[in-house]
Amino acid sequence: MTTWHVSVATRVGGFELDLAMDGDTTPVALIGPNGSGKTTALRAIAGAIDVENAHIHVGDRELEHTEAGIHVPMEHRRIGYVPQGYGLFPHLTVQENVEFGLAYGPYHHSSTDRRAHASKLLSELGCASLSARRIDRLSGGEKQRVALARALVLDPDLLLMDEPLAALDATRRRAVRRFLADRLEAFGRPSILVTHDVRDVIALEATVVALDSGRVIQRGSLDELRRSPANDFIAEFVGAA
Amino acid sequence: MTHRAHRSPMVGMGVLFGATLVGLLVLPFAALAVSTPLTDLRAGAGHPLFAPALWLSLRTTLTSLSITVVLGTPLAWWLASSRSRTARVTEVLIDLPIVIPPAVVGVALLETFGRRGLVGPLLEAVGITVPFTGGAVVVAQVVVSSPFFVQAAANAFRKVEPDMLIVARTLGASPTAAFARVALPIALPGLLVGASLAWARALGEFGATLLFAGNMPGRTQTMPLAIFSALEADVRLAIVFSLVLAAVGVVLLVAIRFVPVLRQFQGRDAL
Repeated sequence: MTTWHVSVATRVGGFELDLAMDGDTTPVALIGPNGSGKTTALRAIAGAIDVENAHIHVGDRELEHTEAGIHVPMEHRRIGYVPQGYGLFPHLTVQENVEFGLAYGPYHHSSTDRRAHASKLLSELGCASLSARRIDRLSGGEKQRVALARALVLDPDLLLMDEPLAALDATRRRAVRRFLADRLEAFGRPSILVTHDVRDVIALEATVVALDSGRVIQRGSLDELRRSPANDFIAEFVGAA
Repeated sequence: MTHRAHRSPMVGMGVLFGATLVGLLVLPFAALAVSTPLTDLRAGAGHPLFAPALWLSLRTTLTSLSITVVLGTPLAWWLASSRSRTARVTEVLIDLPIVIPPAVVGVALLETFGRRGLVGPLLEAVGITVPFTGGAVVVAQVVVSSPFFVQAAANAFRKVEPDMLIVARTLGASPTAAFARVALPIALPGLLVGASLAWARALGEFGATLLFAGNMPGRTQTMPLAIFSALEADVRLAIVFSLVLAAVGVVLLVAIRFVPVLRQFQGRDAL
């Protein structure tokens, strides 16, 4: 089973992030009030922001180890990233969005391979009929699937998702949540997602890591957090079930 | 209905005001078009001032546009992505040539590159003289037109979500590839609009060119300066020159208006 560890200390503007967490293939749900550093944490793991001191490994791959002078650039980390709002490329079709990761640098495939691989993944995620569609013609749920397909196309070692269900209306959210839980189970590798909804934690059977002001203040299963929530935010979060 | 009736005097006045302005904007060009018989057009095009001025205008504006795009694109990208105070101050400084009259820009350029200017003596020491040369025409055009490009380009780059670039990087793209394959295509409609505006401004540049480059036929006499010279000799000739320059402007305007189609195709707003 793949294990991972993240410890990051950095300063972004006036904000200080200093956290450590680890896990295995059980999904981790990052929770916390706005401005607690959830998105910054994901970006630091992806390698998108400069860190002062960090140690990140996924499986036996060291991605960042400041003391040892190791820094793997973003394009070599093998991390799938689904940002808030999905960040789909608006100038490309669905198919081209998914193929993007197979076109560059370390993951370069021939164009025939790219097409075949992307098509296969899109049909696995139930999006085969969307492949020629422009991004602005997709519904929220469709965008979510396409963004997931694009992140999974490289077979990443770790999947990061920033509020993957936030952009959906309440009725769609339930269906997409189910879908996401199934996909993560099939993915079978470590994943970290930011969420504001306890139902995501339940559906994904995730371990919760609670942040406040850039620090981890509590971690554990939903039951453990319910028994002794460390602050009002956590009490409110788990109580909303 | 009563509500609408109540508002109608206001609407009527608005229409009148708007129509007056539209008339003022369009009428001169209509006058220009109707006041030129075909024979005049042919005679004007055959005039010895015409071809060199048109050619010089096209050559210098395309050169200045290239310089503007090459120097201005990285600058616009920095202005769009940096939150530093330096970037905000730079943004204000770049707008200076838009608010300062071209004649003042011309004097300022002389004070910079002239024989007794700020960097003029330095350049002269290495054998470079800028004022009253073809180079001066280009420099004047770059100064007055590039702010239009940089502004439009920075606005276009602001539409590129930082998350998209992060995703592109996680998908294997180097920083350069992420810029070229994601940021540039998304911003392209805005860049084209900016380039068209800058080109139009360079093509019409008069004041700064006259003071800094002079009005020498075949060397520094661009179309607007040729119109100025022709006006002293023969009004009809000036009209023909003007008509040609106006036609180029109309073509440009149509091209800019055509960009929204491209924008729609790309599924994003340009500005």
